[in-house]
Amino acid sequence: MTHLEALPPLAALLIALLVVCGSSLALLGSVGLVRLRSFYQRIHAPTLCYSYGTFLIILASMAMFSLAEARPVLHEFVIGGFMLITPPISLLMLGRAALRRDRDVKLGHDEVVPPHIPASEAPEGAPRDLTRYGAGPSDEG
Amino acid sequence: MSAGLILQYALSYAQIALILSIAMTCWRMLRGPRAQDRVLAIDTMYINAMLLFLLIGMGNGNVFFFESALVIAILGFVTTVCAAKFLMRGEVIE
Repeated sequence: MTHLEALPPLAALLIALLVVCGSSLALLGSVGLVRLRSFYQRIHAPTLCYSYGTFLIILASMAMFSLAEARPVLHEFVIGGFMLITPPISLLMLGRAALRRDRDVKLGHDEVVPPHIPASEAPEGAPRDLTRYGAGPSDEG
Repeated sequence: MSAGLILQYALSYAQIALILSIAMTCWRMLRGPRAQDRVLAIDTMYINAMLLFLLIGMGNGNVFFFESALVIAILGFVTTVCAAKFLMRGEVIE
């Protein structure tokens, strides 16, 4: 482990602190994913991993490689920027899909996604089945 | 106890914590009552694996693990978006 011993002691301690904090926050996000009760609570927990965990570990990696190679190593910013942009998009789409699926179950469609019919071909005044309204799926887990 | 040794222990702790975290998301993926829970668990697992690759690269002093981590991040995003689109519409490309 020559490259770890070659770092300045204070910088090594700082990098160790960043790594430990980041991985602990990622672990905390997964604990929330396991322990929270409904999907709409669960979708909040992994954002700890997405934002804080990634940010701290990327900062540690950037500091370590910059000090080890004695030049600024900034390519971890690519992952940082990517993780800044994509998780809101994917989680937003997942949340909308979950909302739609829950609404379908409440309306009695029961997991079967209706075929995509253009608005011009929709039947006139088709009634919506409301007999099972309020009987949502069991989301306890 | 030198600072390099402390950093080595910290990297080991971080890798064990991330493996535990992957195991928890795997439990949620197998257990998850509905499909959206499974997709969320897979997304979290991708990000945890990416962080694990970054940490392994730090431990080895090897820069090339960074690129595999980037590929894993991109694949995770595409997977989640496709699965969410499929759950919402029933088809991926309309």
